[in-house]
Order: sequence, then structure tokens, then C-alpha cells
Amino acid sequence: MSTSTTTPEQDPELHTPLGGVPLTAGQLPRGAAPGMLVASAVAGLLLWLLAGWAIVPCALLAAAAYVVIVYTWSRAVEGPRKATDRLVTAIVSGAFLLALLPLISVLFTVVSKGLERFDAEFFTYSMVGVTGEGGGIYHAMMGTLIITGLAALISVPIGMLTAIYLVEYGRGKLAKAITFFVDVMTGIPSIVAGLFAYALFVMIFGPGVRMGIAGAVALSVLMIPTVVRSTEEMLKLVPNELREASYALGVPRWRTIVKVVLPTALAGIATGVTLAIARVIGETAPLLVTAGLTDGDNFDPFDGRMTTLSVYSYYEYVSPGLFAEASFDRAWGAALVLIIIVMVLNLIARIISKLFAPKTR
Amino acid sequence: MAKRIEVKDLDIYYDKFLAVQGVSMTIQPRSVTALIGPSGCGKSTFLRTLNRMHELVPNARVEGSIVMDDDDLYAPSVDPVNVRRQIGMVFQRANPFPTMSIYDNVAAGLKLNNRRLKKSEMDDLVERSLKSANLWEEVKDRLQKPGSGLSGGQQQRLCIARAVAVQPEVLLMDEPCSALDPISTQAIEDLMLELKANYTIVIVTHNMQQAARVSDTTGFFNLQGVGKPGELVEIDETTKIFSTPSQKATEDYISGRFG
Repeated sequence: MSTSTTTPEQDPELHTPLGGVPLTAGQLPRGAAPGMLVASAVAGLLLWLLAGWAIVPCALLAAAAYVVIVYTWSRAVEGPRKATDRLVTAIVSGAFLLALLPLISVLFTVVSKGLERFDAEFFTYSMVGVTGEGGGIYHAMMGTLIITGLAALISVPIGMLTAIYLVEYGRGKLAKAITFFVDVMTGIPSIVAGLFAYALFVMIFGPGVRMGIAGAVALSVLMIPTVVRSTEEMLKLVPNELREASYALGVPRWRTIVKVVLPTALAGIATGVTLAIARVIGETAPLLVTAGLTDGDNFDPFDGRMTTLSVYSYYEYVSPGLFAEASFDRAWGAALVLIIIVMVLNLIARIISKLFAPKTR
Repeated sequence: MAKRIEVKDLDIYYDKFLAVQGVSMTIQPRSVTALIGPSGCGKSTFLRTLNRMHELVPNARVEGSIVMDDDDLYAPSVDPVNVRRQIGMVFQRANPFPTMSIYDNVAAGLKLNNRRLKKSEMDDLVERSLKSANLWEEVKDRLQKPGSGLSGGQQQRLCIARAVAVQPEVLLMDEPCSALDPISTQAIEDLMLELKANYTIVIVTHNMQQAARVSDTTGFFNLQGVGKPGELVEIDETTKIFSTPSQKATEDYISGRFG
């Protein structure tokens, strides 16, 4: 080692000298890259408007032109490293825009179409006796909240206790088997969860049963693995030193878990649970087979059909009846309400994690 | 308070691996016993067997006996939780509970064990503990602030206050100063000298000057080679260990001729 630094010319293969490279390098004129971007965008726009090409090939052509020109130009002036930097920056930003496109498009469509029916009647009326215009989603909103709430009530305790077992107690074959099956459950198609819950309730109540609680059971089949996974990750993040500190004070294990480990991980667990709720609140297929659809208010999850926003939206769209336009508006309105609920849940998750996070001052 | 600990022919295992072999020593009450030796020789492992923290590692176990005054700590009828209530521990890295305030951290030993005290008694206890950890003056105006907002040295003294608050018989310290600056180290060493009036203290340290400064008795751990178990080479009065050790290995280690 020491000899090679004193006599670098002995082994040029291993030791490419970095010295002697000039410290200065050429630079593209200021605003050259943004200018090129605008120019290629304008060229694409002209092709679309004047030459009558379709918009997608125009956009792709403009992007490709920008990448090629800037790369070649930069390579000639600034050298290969800078050129690669510009190339990769362009590709990464392009991918980001591409990913953002459907998201914005969906949001825009849902908001613009859903706002048609954001009136008082929409939020206060059910669909009893409605055949044409008017009607509301009150029953569906309540149904979604009740069923999702029950699903959370079932899956949060089960999921959290499972995670506590896996992290704090689980050793050997049983823990491995549970981890494996939780992983398998994460991948269960939601319709399978629905059919499972339906079959379970048919066994108890006979064929053709429709109940809110069956929907909640179906949703918790989907929710439990998510809760287990996120809680497990959060518990693993709690440093072992805190557990040891607690044990060294003569605190029994279960108290250590309840009073030290869980509070430390609470912010993350709460976030995970809220996100799990947000994940299942929009499920349609399992609720279609378990909770069904009804026009009127039914807030008793143990008695008969119960409408949820997603199922409502689905039916308004696939069987609009005579007044199709009014039906479509209701479907989009329900979809928008669902998105808003999910957004609110995400906000709540953020607030919770802020509130519970361990503070340092 | 302050009890004598007799260790006899202690073998410590991680599963089938014998980590420490044949340790016998007497730890005197109201004194500081320092354990020195190279990394990986089993000092910390041995320390953790004294309050049965060792067995928290899956499949870890010990053979031999540890007797505190007249109680065999490893008798089948002994509850490790009760052992840990009498033998407190301070760790290498300060580990205050991040969700608790300074006050609650000190009170944690009682609160987590659901011992209820009157507010005034609890206030007294917290103040006394913080004072005995030399931390009271620095934190008395911000007791309700989170403990993790303190500096490293203050956090370590907070952990000592937390350990002292449950009034243990023995205090184990696992390299308590290795992450601290000289000023904080000085503060904690002074503290140890004060605490030994009431407690039996065992400290593991890599700093031989520290062992010479604070301890009355010093034990030297060593291991024969990689994969071999660690063992207690000799234990004697600190002045003797650092002036005329009876073993060649000890002399090599403390004079820096080790390895």
C-alpha cells in the first residue's frame, strides 16, 4: 500500500492517477437545460395542434428529444459525468411525472364529477322511494362507518396481541408458523375473504344471510395481517435497552410490555392501524357478498342488509335504471365521500403520530 | 442496605457455549468492586448473572452458586423479578424511558411496579434520588420535561437516580462512563464514592485508571484464546492489583504489555 502511493507509475492498472485532471470544466449556458425543456415541449405542442398527431406520441417524442439533445450537448461541453447526471435526472423526473399522472387524473375526475351532488339532501337522505333524481348516501355513509368500525374493533386487539406475542414471547416453530400464515393472509384476494365470511355466517344462520357484522368479519380477515405486520415492525424498533432498563428495576415482563414497550411504540402502531383502516374502508367485493345493499337506513349490524359507500357506488353505476345521469352523479358523489374519509383518516394518523411520538424537549 | 455477595464456581453458558468458567469471588458490602479485562472476556456477562439479567437471553444459563447474605439467588424458589428489585443496574448506554418525564423516569421503578405513594412522599423520593445522583440542581426546574432531552452525562446520572430510587441492596454498573466525556465521568466517579457508603457497588470498566481511582477491590478477567471461556484470573485489593499483582497475565494487562 505505502509503496504504491509513493510510486504510482509502477502499477497503472490498479492506480489510475486522479491528479492532473483540470479542476475546471465547461458548463452549459445558464438556463440552457430549462430552455431546451420548454423548446421541446413547445415543439410537441405544435405537432399535436398543427400536424394533428395524437397527444401521447407527441409528449413522448418531446421528452425523448429533450433527453437526447441535452445529453449530447452536455457531453460535448461538460463531460460524461455531468451528462450522465442530466440524463438520469431527466429519467427520474419523467418517471415521477408518469406516476403522478394517473393519481391527479383520478382525483380530478372524482372531484369534478362528485361535486355535482354535494348538497344537503345527498348527506341526509337515504334511497328509500327514490327512482329518479335526488336521493342520498346517508345510509351508506353510516353503513361504511359502522362496518369499518366493527372490523377495526375485531382486528386491532387480535392483531396487536399477535404482534406482541411474535415480538416479545414468540420463539420456535409456533412463532414461525404464525409469521408464515400472516404473510399468506396479506395476499388473500378480498373476494375470498368475503366468501369466507359469507360461508361462516351461512353455517350459523342458513343460506342467503346478509349482515353488517358478516361484512365486518370479512374486512377484519383483510385487516388483521396488516395490523400484525405494522405493529410487529414498530415493536421491533423499540430498543432492547429500554426493556432491560425496565427488567433491571424489577418490573415483570408483562408490565414492561404494557408500560414501557407499548407507549414507546404507540405513535407507530396508531399510524399503522389507521392506515390499515384506510386500506379496507374502500373494499367492495367482500361487502357485496356479505352485507349486500338496501335502500333504507339500517344501523343494526346484526340484522339484515347494510349498504356501504363502495357497494352503493358500484350499484348506482352498474344498474342506473331510467334516470342514468342522476344515478351516475350519486355514484361519483359516494366515491368522492369515500376518498375524503380516507384522506381524513390519513390526516388523523399523522396527528396521532405527532401527539404520541416520544418528545425530546 | 448493602449486602455481601458470595460467588462460587460459577460457569456461565450461552446455550452450549461456555462463556465464563469457574468464577469464585466475594463482593464486600459498602465497597466498590471493579472488574477489568479485555473485551469479550465475560466481565459484562458475569455482571449480568448477579441480578439474573443473563437469563433473558434465550437458552442462557448458569451453573454454580451466587449467595447474597444468606439467600441463594439461583435457588428454584427465587423469583428473578425480586432479585432485580434488590440488585439494581446501570447500563453502558444511558437508557432513560423516552416516553417519560425526568420525574417519571426517577419514579419509574415504583410506578411501573404499581407501588402507590402519596404525592408528597413521591416528590421526596424523586428529590432524594436526584440529589444522590448529583443531578437535582441541574434539573429541579424542569422535572416535567422529557428525560431524553438531557445531555449524555445527565442522562446517565438520571439512570443512576432511577436505579437508586428503588433502594436496592447492590448496584451493578456496566461500563457506565464509556460513552461520557471526562467531566461527566468525574461526576459519576464522585457519585460512586458517595454511594458506596450505603450500597454495594460492582463496576465493569475498560478504563484501568478509573478502576484504580474508584474501587477498593479489583478483579481481572481474561481468556486464554478465541473460543475459550473467560475466567477470573485474580481478585485482590485494588492497590495490590495495580502495584504487585500475583499473576503474570494481570501484570501484562495493567502495564499495557497485553497480547
